[in-house]
Amino acid sequence: MAPRRARRSRRTAALLLCYAIIGLFVVFFLFPPYWMALTSFKTNQEIESLEGIPFVIQKGATLKHYQDLFTKTDFLIYFKNSVLVTVPVVLISMVISVLAAYALSRLGFAGASFIGTAVFLVYLVPDSLLFIPLFKIIGALGLLNSKWSLVLVYPSLIVPFATWLLIGYFASIPRELDEAALVDGANHLQMLVQIFLPVAVPGLIAATIFAFTVSWSGFLYPLAFTFSSDQQVLTTGTVTSLIKGDVYHWGGLMAGAILACLPPVLLYVFLMDYYISGLTAGSTKA
Amino acid sequence: MSPNSTAVDAAATARVRPARSLRLRLHSRSAIAVLMCLPLLILIAGLVAYPFFYSIYLSMLNKRETAFVGLANFAYLTTRETFWMVVRMSFLFTFLAVLWKAVLGFTLAVVINTLPQRGQRVWRGISLVPWVMPLALSSLGWWWIYEPTHSALNWILVVVGLSPKPWLSDPVWAKFSVILVNIWYGTPFFMITYLAGLKSIPVELYESSAIDGASAPQRLRYITLPMLKNIIAVTVLFSTIVTLATFDIIRVLTRGGPRQTTHVFGTYAFELGIATGDVPLGAAVSLFMFPILAVSAFFILRGIRQSTA
Repeated sequence: MAPRRARRSRRTAALLLCYAIIGLFVVFFLFPPYWMALTSFKTNQEIESLEGIPFVIQKGATLKHYQDLFTKTDFLIYFKNSVLVTVPVVLISMVISVLAAYALSRLGFAGASFIGTAVFLVYLVPDSLLFIPLFKIIGALGLLNSKWSLVLVYPSLIVPFATWLLIGYFASIPRELDEAALVDGANHLQMLVQIFLPVAVPGLIAATIFAFTVSWSGFLYPLAFTFSSDQQVLTTGTVTSLIKGDVYHWGGLMAGAILACLPPVLLYVFLMDYYISGLTAGSTKA
Repeated sequence: MSPNSTAVDAAATARVRPARSLRLRLHSRSAIAVLMCLPLLILIAGLVAYPFFYSIYLSMLNKRETAFVGLANFAYLTTRETFWMVVRMSFLFTFLAVLWKAVLGFTLAVVINTLPQRGQRVWRGISLVPWVMPLALSSLGWWWIYEPTHSALNWILVVVGLSPKPWLSDPVWAKFSVILVNIWYGTPFFMITYLAGLKSIPVELYESSAIDGASAPQRLRYITLPMLKNIIAVTVLFSTIVTLATFDIIRVLTRGGPRQTTHVFGTYAFELGIATGDVPLGAAVSLFMFPILAVSAFFILRGIRQSTA
């Protein structure tokens, strides 16, 4: 009896230790968003005041920073620009990725595995390696200081990974399906649209989430390629234009940052499993 | 993709179609495949391959881009103390950040994996929040956290009796601060891949080791780590690339300051190439990242090939 009880109390101790560690991690992970949200609801006097505990709102919450954001700044323009960039980027990226992934995973042809490897290598190319030549190219195309330049360049950050992700999903669809369709005389496009896509919906969702997140969060490219307020997207607009002079409007700044974070965070909250399956595909599936 | 399945497809088709049509079909099949890959290939050629070679060309021009100067820009950079500061900071940043992300991510994954099954989903979900927030915006939040007089960190330090710190205005603290934000942002990614790896280890291994009387550290040393070796390596290499290419955190928090001490390749290239308009020199700085990226990419590819073979 004694050893079993000892084992059980050891198990309890281990669990308590685990909860203590995870508690520390949760504080570390969630403090920044908490602090940002908290600040956005505080009055300016309270933000500046050094009295009391700063981790709660003591003198009443206010929505003034959010009101000002909509009425006194270009925040809504940034938001609109982010949407106008992200929607076509997601659509274009998904069409290119689906076509390529179907061809690479199903239509065995000379060079398929070479292209597959190339796609993976291109996925590893970071944006900070190529933004300078792209800056010149966009200049030559007359797209400098235009948000549409982002529609042109963002797919290059998305398509390689999305294609790679979809190849994995398509490969898991049994081949009997396409054989049956081919026997029935369907062409490849019909087969892709009518048989593949419905079965691959989880993969499509994961790839779409990835495309949305990359486009929405992009910072280096919009910072390099756009500069006037009417062309800026949420990330660059919030970081560069909401900061005015030396007086930092922390409340307004945090309200802007929180609102701009909201779409990807909400997407994550509602589609967590797809999000994670896309994320882990990067290293565990190949 | 394999010749095997092509043969099966062909056999299935042959049963219902005459031979000539079959050959036509196979021929058109690879034509269709190339056609479907075409947008992807154009994208890679136009937005990755061409810019890469163009970048090499640009890096060999003079500042006004009127004359070819060979490797003069690279030679010039190696004579600048600032450039070596950038190199040292890039390596320090990458090494410390990746190391801590790997250690903390592994710890967190093991901890979550130990908890009761039904709670795991929630803890995993919460832990991923830093990764989900757009980095430029969460960096803005950190910028406010690091604010020296009215914000959170120094308030805590003063309450526990320590002196407030100049988080972003002192070279050493500024390095610490930007690395901390990268650890905050990237640990969830390590956690999620390691957790997926832990889940793939057969439970029987642990059960039989428990019968043999193996202790927890022994199980970690002789089962978990060897089983995860490949995933750990691939994740570390992948993160090395992404971390070396850091831009958002440093641009938002310090802009490379104080006195250029926190610049990494990406932010320094931006400063030179876009902000001050010396495109060739900026391109040259960016290209210094390439050898490290290439080596990491090579080993990632090898690691992935091994795990699928």
